[in-house]
Amino acid sequence: MSAYTWWLAIGFLVLGPLVGALLAGIDRILTARMQSRKGPPLLQPVYDVLKLLEKDTLVVTHLQSLYLWGFLFFMLISGFILFLGSDLLLSLFALTVSGIFLCLAAYSTNSPYSNIGSARELMLTMAYEPMLIMVALGFFLVSGSFRVSDIVQGSPWQVLQLGGILIGFLFVLTIKLRKSPFDLSASHHGHQELVKGITTDLSGTDLALVEIGHWYENVILLGWLYLFFAPWGLAVALPISIVLFFAEVLVDNTHARLTWSSALRVSWWVTVLFGVTNLLVLPLIGHSS
Amino acid sequence: MSFLKKSPWVLHYAATSCNGCDIELLACLTPLYDVERLGIVNTGNPKHADIFLVTGSVNEESRKVVENLYAQMPDPKVVVAIGACALSGGIFRDAYNVYGGIDQVLPVDVYVPGCAARPEAIIDGVVQALGILEERAKERKRQRRMVRA
Repeated sequence: MSAYTWWLAIGFLVLGPLVGALLAGIDRILTARMQSRKGPPLLQPVYDVLKLLEKDTLVVTHLQSLYLWGFLFFMLISGFILFLGSDLLLSLFALTVSGIFLCLAAYSTNSPYSNIGSARELMLTMAYEPMLIMVALGFFLVSGSFRVSDIVQGSPWQVLQLGGILIGFLFVLTIKLRKSPFDLSASHHGHQELVKGITTDLSGTDLALVEIGHWYENVILLGWLYLFFAPWGLAVALPISIVLFFAEVLVDNTHARLTWSSALRVSWWVTVLFGVTNLLVLPLIGHSS
Repeated sequence: MSFLKKSPWVLHYAATSCNGCDIELLACLTPLYDVERLGIVNTGNPKHADIFLVTGSVNEESRKVVENLYAQMPDPKVVVAIGACALSGGIFRDAYNVYGGIDQVLPVDVYVPGCAARPEAIIDGVVQALGILEERAKERKRQRRMVRA
């Protein structure tokens, strides 16, 4: 761990929300343009959160705020580990714990909407988690280490070696970003059968915490995507990963929502078809370790 | 400055409306008017809403829902009545089953006339509501300070 990675990790803690908010703002503008609308200002997500801080917070149970702080805390831990260049698996586990805390917060509020929302969220966790573990495993098999600092300095051919895993990861990224066709636990749009899903009973400061957590999450996921292309250097890898990241907006706007059962089935099929196959053929196409 | 003005989230409820005003209201969200450029988002959730947009003349059934939704909205909040029926009962005013106006059951801040109210008028009503919302936010901040002191 060099001074550089320490700065990167601290930079994530401080500037993470700003980058995440910009990603969210660009996302909203792109979505609007795809629907031939003008769309909100770039900083709209920031205005939204600052507004939520001005509003009253309706507390259903005091547990909800505790769980939401847990959600944010483990999200920070996950990103800190990732940007410090440390263990990728540990970062993944912290990310999962953080997701579980969000489900707990939704369960604690007792609204039927948020209960069904968090049940679906757990179902989605089941759908994307195998693929995420396979991503970490793939990096290990290619670079011989789970450490992010080693993966970044891996072979330039790792994208090709991990081609199937990249496709699988892009697929589950849609679930992680809560995009259609997998936005069944908490949609960005209010008018649906679950109102707002997991965030239905959260208001004011609590809702602001969820938003800030999601900003951090988006930066972490962009970081994961970046890892595939990292050996090519920042100037090439970052634009590629940003373009792939915003390709999700196109998917979001061109797909209708799936039911939880088909979402689970489809994502496991993709995991097996691309992820497992890739891992199986990896010894044949050679790796550096 | 209050950020409520930059990000007003609205809740829409049709209280025994004929749906004429509701269609005009939803037209505001379409590409032609696109109120999201002003940061306005139509939330289906009272706990996330800042502005309550109500249409229709309100009868006993919808009164319960309207009051419930209003009670669930966190302060600061404003109510905008949209359309002739929401203002006074409109052509249903003399019907035995309607209250005749949202202000019979809720404190209304802005009245948007019309049958049906035009999208431009609705957007204008929401913008006027923003001024009231900002004053409420200031008042709420003062109240919070007094509670703490």
